Amino acid sequence: MRPAFSIIFLTTLIGAGQGLFVAVYGIDLGARLGWVGPVPASFHVRACALSAAFLVAGLLASFFHLGRPSRGWRAIAMWRTSWLSREVIVLPLFTASVGIQAWTCAYFPGASGWTGLVALALCAALFLCTGMIYACLRFLQEWHTPLTVLNFVLLGLASGFTLAAAYAALAWQLLAAPLAAAALGLTLVACMLRAAILARNAALKQKSTTQSATGLTQQRVVQKSQGMTGGSFGTREFFHGRSAGFLRWAKWVFLAFAFAIPLLMVAAGLAAGRSGWFIPAFVAQYIGLLAERWFFLAQATHPQNLYYQAVS
Amino acid sequence: MSRQLALVIDLNVCVGCHACVTSCKSWNDQGSAGPLTDLNVYGKDPSGTFFNRVLTYEAGVYPDTETVHFPKSCLHCEDPPCVPVCPTGASYKRPEDGLVLVDYDKCIGCKYCAWACPYGVRELDPREKVIKKCTLCVDRIGDASLPESERKPACVMACPTHARLFGDIHDPSSEVSVAIRESGGYALMPEWETRPANHYLPKRPVR
Repeated sequence: MRPAFSIIFLTTLIGAGQGLFVAVYGIDLGARLGWVGPVPASFHVRACALSAAFLVAGLLASFFHLGRPSRGWRAIAMWRTSWLSREVIVLPLFTASVGIQAWTCAYFPGASGWTGLVALALCAALFLCTGMIYACLRFLQEWHTPLTVLNFVLLGLASGFTLAAAYAALAWQLLAAPLAAAALGLTLVACMLRAAILARNAALKQKSTTQSATGLTQQRVVQKSQGMTGGSFGTREFFHGRSAGFLRWAKWVFLAFAFAIPLLMVAAGLAAGRSGWFIPAFVAQYIGLLAERWFFLAQATHPQNLYYQAVS
Repeated sequence: MSRQLALVIDLNVCVGCHACVTSCKSWNDQGSAGPLTDLNVYGKDPSGTFFNRVLTYEAGVYPDTETVHFPKSCLHCEDPPCVPVCPTGASYKRPEDGLVLVDYDKCIGCKYCAWACPYGVRELDPREKVIKKCTLCVDRIGDASLPESERKPACVMACPTHARLFGDIHDPSSEVSVAIRESGGYALMPEWETRPANHYLPKRPVR
């Protein structure tokens, strides 16, 4: 597929925003259970505001993906069948719930455990919807696995917790180390899952062939002409347009920036007691996530490409 | 039982003349589905929105090769994967005749349905910014001002070798059902279980 930056920004921004919310809600629960010392309300309020900012930025980015953005409101119509429709409903609801959480933390701190629970449920629903948009397309075999949804969850949580650690480094230093430790663990698990998905996809055998696409049964069936010499939507939208070497390079870039570099920087920051290092760790991880999302979109092989092979 | 209108394309007689391509483009460019945008028409890198294209394949190994001309347009699947994914309901299948259509007033141009079509028959028109595809000339087949023999898709009317047949595949006595039954008509990419309504008749020896 041809990766669209509007989608890349949408999913990475909302993922980080969702992970940040989970981290902050975790702190809220931890404080109630006595696992974490008292945290000022302003920490929660501003963290929720930051999370909401990421969510709104992601939503704005998504409008650039639409041919007719002014009709975007219509997308809530088919929630019975379409994961995209469900996401379009859940994303604003979750964003609103994060805003409500910020307000509750400021004015009704006692209730934030409950309002946060509602928001957490919406957060989980949003992870599910976002992942299922891709995973439900059965002929995009690289995407059609529950691991796709899990990948969105883990990357969102990992980047969100790194963001939370970076935020804590600036807002409430005491929490920076525990959040960073959690981010470390999540990034490690996310890395293992992503490696497993890479291995799975490398071993994939495409179900569609030129024979199944045309019904011609000879062993050798080769396209001589795609019926046009100019390009078309079909020759642009479904292929990344880069070389195989570029794709391999992109894979190493995302593995380095989304996992290796943040792991090292967070570990070093924890070891040296320098919470300030969590900030560039998040920046590096976010760049890595942009690359990972690009690679994820580019790697999918669409069977329609069998119909666009040769120009003569 | 409800109707399912469809095309049957006879690969045995298609000569790759592209008359179906040009007649489709011409009819739909000016009709209710239009315009079908073309970009850089006189320039270096033209591209355009087409509903129907004719591909050419070579099958077999020399000296047993054959050239097959392969027209492809929306197959109006009985289980269309492009319909459930559409968030606005712009992509729908008409119950009365089985046509899969796009409501251009509802489409937001998110391209999700195009991702969901394994055959690559849905195109985003670059100027209109909505998804367009073969309508089986819904504006012709329902037009009472046309003589009944002409209430068929433009591509069927234009084909000089009668390689394109049009009818109801749920009616066992229709021309298309008979052709599928008697000449071994098949569906494309059966592995995805989309149950395309359009069928193709294989090349067969002429005795």
